[in-house]
Amino acid sequence: MTTYKQTPSQTVGPYFAYGLCPEQYNFDLKSLFTPSIADRESVGQHISIVGQVFDGEEKVIGDAVIEMVQADSNGRYVTTRDETRKSGFRGFARVGTGTDPELRYVVDTVKPGSTGGDSAPHIDVIVLMRGMLLHAYTRIYFDDETEANARDDVLALVPAERRGTLIAKREAGTSNAIYRFDIHLQGPKETVFFDL
Amino acid sequence: MDSPSLILTPRDWDSHPPYCHSGYKSSVLRSPSLPLIPLKEKLKDRRVPVYGADDLGKLDHDLTRNAAKNGEPLGERIIVTGRVLDEGGRPVRNTLVEIWQANAAGRYVHKADQHAAPLDPNFLGAGRCLTDNEGRYRFLTIKPGAYPWGNHSNAWRPNHIHFSLFGDYFGSRLVTQMYFPGDPLLDLDPIFQGTPEHARNRLISRFSIDTTEEGYALGYEFDIVLRGANQTPTEA
Repeated sequence: MTTYKQTPSQTVGPYFAYGLCPEQYNFDLKSLFTPSIADRESVGQHISIVGQVFDGEEKVIGDAVIEMVQADSNGRYVTTRDETRKSGFRGFARVGTGTDPELRYVVDTVKPGSTGGDSAPHIDVIVLMRGMLLHAYTRIYFDDETEANARDDVLALVPAERRGTLIAKREAGTSNAIYRFDIHLQGPKETVFFDL
Repeated sequence: MDSPSLILTPRDWDSHPPYCHSGYKSSVLRSPSLPLIPLKEKLKDRRVPVYGADDLGKLDHDLTRNAAKNGEPLGERIIVTGRVLDEGGRPVRNTLVEIWQANAAGRYVHKADQHAAPLDPNFLGAGRCLTDNEGRYRFLTIKPGAYPWGNHSNAWRPNHIHFSLFGDYFGSRLVTQMYFPGDPLLDLDPIFQGTPEHARNRLISRFSIDTTEEGYALGYEFDIVLRGANQTPTEA
């Protein structure tokens, strides 16, 4: 039975860097979470996810925070700190968009495996920024997983014409696999956000 | 494999501010305009991220000491403490609480903050700790100052401390701000006022003489309620 009411959300604001992403922004404090989901020795296909966040006037946003959660290359979520120390796979990233010259976020990881059933490989994403009074949830799928995406039960909930906003595109001509995933808050390319 | 066990309570939309609150100008172009797509059944019991007590430094909870270079930070020392609970009143244990704030003069060390107030060489303004078995966290810090911002003419943010929590589940993520009782700027602040009126008092800490340490620091209490599981997990 519910007896307490949820504490309301407030915006992360513009000045989160030294608190949430200190190392990325060169502050003298250890980062608890970094833009790297998986170390080099982690098992799996190493990839990078790169993208920009756009406002309703298609301006690139330089003070967003992106957090990502994913399963490892076998489709398993990490559950303990010991496990992440041994495998180098943390399953979680946090990155601000303010340090890259093009205001991109860049996250290094391994491609997630399917978590079972009809679930296509995916990364869950939390989007926070100044101007957002509460965070938004979205999800990244991969454009080279056409068959799995067609069976995915979450993508199936999304109107067909908007599914493309959730699919990261492999960039051509790069030796290591780079997937592009831009986030549009509004406009014709508005990214699908979930209520979960 | 995902296990189909827990379903979180929904986001209580009646407690949270909307994405777009026109008084808060930067929300206008930064708010999703299309309806969210419901995904409640996919929440389950994903517990992320993972971290442990040994990820934290010894002074991470003490902002009066964790960045001291050659002395103590200026300002009024305060203790900020409270419990992290779910909606059923159950303590959220061993959960990470991250905070960041302006210094006593109302200045953030963030490079984008150009407010003409002094930085404090002995104060960073960032801290974190884990809750204990009762869900309690505790920080020692300096009371943050108010500062001007560009939202409207003569706009000032009330004194506040930013809080970030994950809770036990992907869906219990909360980023919020704690305010101080009796602050006259609260009535004028579009970020605070963007919150539904009946829920605003949940964002205001309360002064506590019991938490106050004699001769040392004033005490403020701020409890935080996160979304919780609707049903008790069944052991496999």
